[in-house]
Amino acid sequence: MPTKIEKDSLSGQNTTGHEWDGLKELNTPLPKWWLYTFYATVLFSLVWVVLYPALPITGATGLTGWTARGALPAQLEQSRARMEPMLARIRAATPEQIAADPELRAFAMAGGRVAFANNCAGCHGAGGQGAAGGFPSLADDDWIYGGSFEAIHHTISHGVRAGESDEERGIAMPAYLATQMLTLAQINDVAEHVLSLTDRATDRAAAQRGAELFAENCASCHGERGEGNRDMGAPRLNDRIWLYGGDKASIVRSISYSRAGVMPSWRGRLDPATINMLTVYVHALGGGE
Amino acid sequence: MLKNFTHGTIERNVILLAVLSLITVSIGGLAQIVPLFTVESTIERVQGVRPYTPLELMGRNIYVREGCYVCHSQMVRPFRDEAERYGHYSLAAESMYDHPFQWGSKRTGPDLARVGGRYSDDWHAAHLRDPRALVPGSVMPPYAFLDRPLDYRNIEQHLRALRALGVPYTDEMVANARADLEAQARPDRDAAGFQSRYARARQAAFDGNPAVVTEMDALVAYLQMLGTLVDFRDVTPAQLRQQ
Repeated sequence: MPTKIEKDSLSGQNTTGHEWDGLKELNTPLPKWWLYTFYATVLFSLVWVVLYPALPITGATGLTGWTARGALPAQLEQSRARMEPMLARIRAATPEQIAADPELRAFAMAGGRVAFANNCAGCHGAGGQGAAGGFPSLADDDWIYGGSFEAIHHTISHGVRAGESDEERGIAMPAYLATQMLTLAQINDVAEHVLSLTDRATDRAAAQRGAELFAENCASCHGERGEGNRDMGAPRLNDRIWLYGGDKASIVRSISYSRAGVMPSWRGRLDPATINMLTVYVHALGGGE
Repeated sequence: MLKNFTHGTIERNVILLAVLSLITVSIGGLAQIVPLFTVESTIERVQGVRPYTPLELMGRNIYVREGCYVCHSQMVRPFRDEAERYGHYSLAAESMYDHPFQWGSKRTGPDLARVGGRYSDDWHAAHLRDPRALVPGSVMPPYAFLDRPLDYRNIEQHLRALRALGVPYTDEMVANARADLEAQARPDRDAAGFQSRYARARQAAFDGNPAVVTEMDALVAYLQMLGTLVDFRDVTPAQLRQQ
């Protein structure tokens, strides 16, 4: 290929000297500022590689000895130390005392909101509204295990049927069909009786028959009139709030196969101050007692 | 000599071009390969990491098949905001039996490296079936079709293939793979042998139905063990040091 560098008369730039079928190409150099910035970044990277972790030969750390893992504890410690005066008071106080002290309460509500969004909102919803299918609302006054500060604190700390704490809310309802404690016909009658507690029975005769079975099998936990029992974690059956659906099919399924929702124990995952803040926050969502 | 060593000279000499290209590419290659020689020393000496149970392994395969890694990373980085949100930063040891690892860096959804145990099995199954029923603003697609039977006819081969890559599956684990898989998904099965082979593995009807082993069972079993093998309450700073 003939090489003949020419000066282009229009732009004043040299050509590359290449020619293809009469076509020539301008050899416009890169802007000086760009080129020198590029050289500067190359030099900077060489310094960087030596100072910071890049080469495995220096024990995976650079000359500065800095690592992200090494720097983390100090950062955590720093932010913790900034909050520690308040956290110490929150740890030492009961949730009830925190809620009564305006300064502590403001701090706990802010901290509780963050912890709730990160740990609780997945199941209980961003505003504690719950979700269909066994995820209870925390914003109403229909509590399964109680809505006092103490009860909320206990539930958060130990969880529900997760097998992670000896003090968990561990009672589960029997599966009446799966264990053959009741026949499907009997379960139908019990379901009609449960519907009758909210005046929704479609078969009065079945509901009558179910009343006796209910008294034998269900009343010890759910109460004679279905008023529920928080010590057993047995939900109220005589209101319109249903954890797993209040239609007949859902009730039949609940009696037949039982429902045993699970909540993790947060004691090992969150520190005591955070659990106190969460208790205050959940209590304030709308249903605290 | 150097006067002739120009762009034009190299371009016109195919041997010279090939040799110089090879040298250039080698430098890039070395930068990637040399650190691999130090891989043994980067694995922290922590207790508790075990190979996946057969059911968890099938769940992991579904995780990869469905491209969960496209939106979810499994790498808690050593920064304060991540440690506050997710927990202890991820260790090399925690993914030493992953082939391939699922670290990733793309987070459309949250990091899953420590998701195990944070939610109930019911929540995972319900959320996979219809994410927006539980998280209204979620952009995650629904995976309700995972409620179909799991195909685990070749589970032994999966274990053997991983053993060839260095995962310490014993002959006993391979021989019992099928029984172990079924035992983990069915709470009515005797799990003594299974639990002696896989420490701290949990037996449950992960999708709520103990009668059939489904893909949902496998995926939930996998998600529920992520990040739970190392008990960080017992870990000392010395164990976390990369040599």
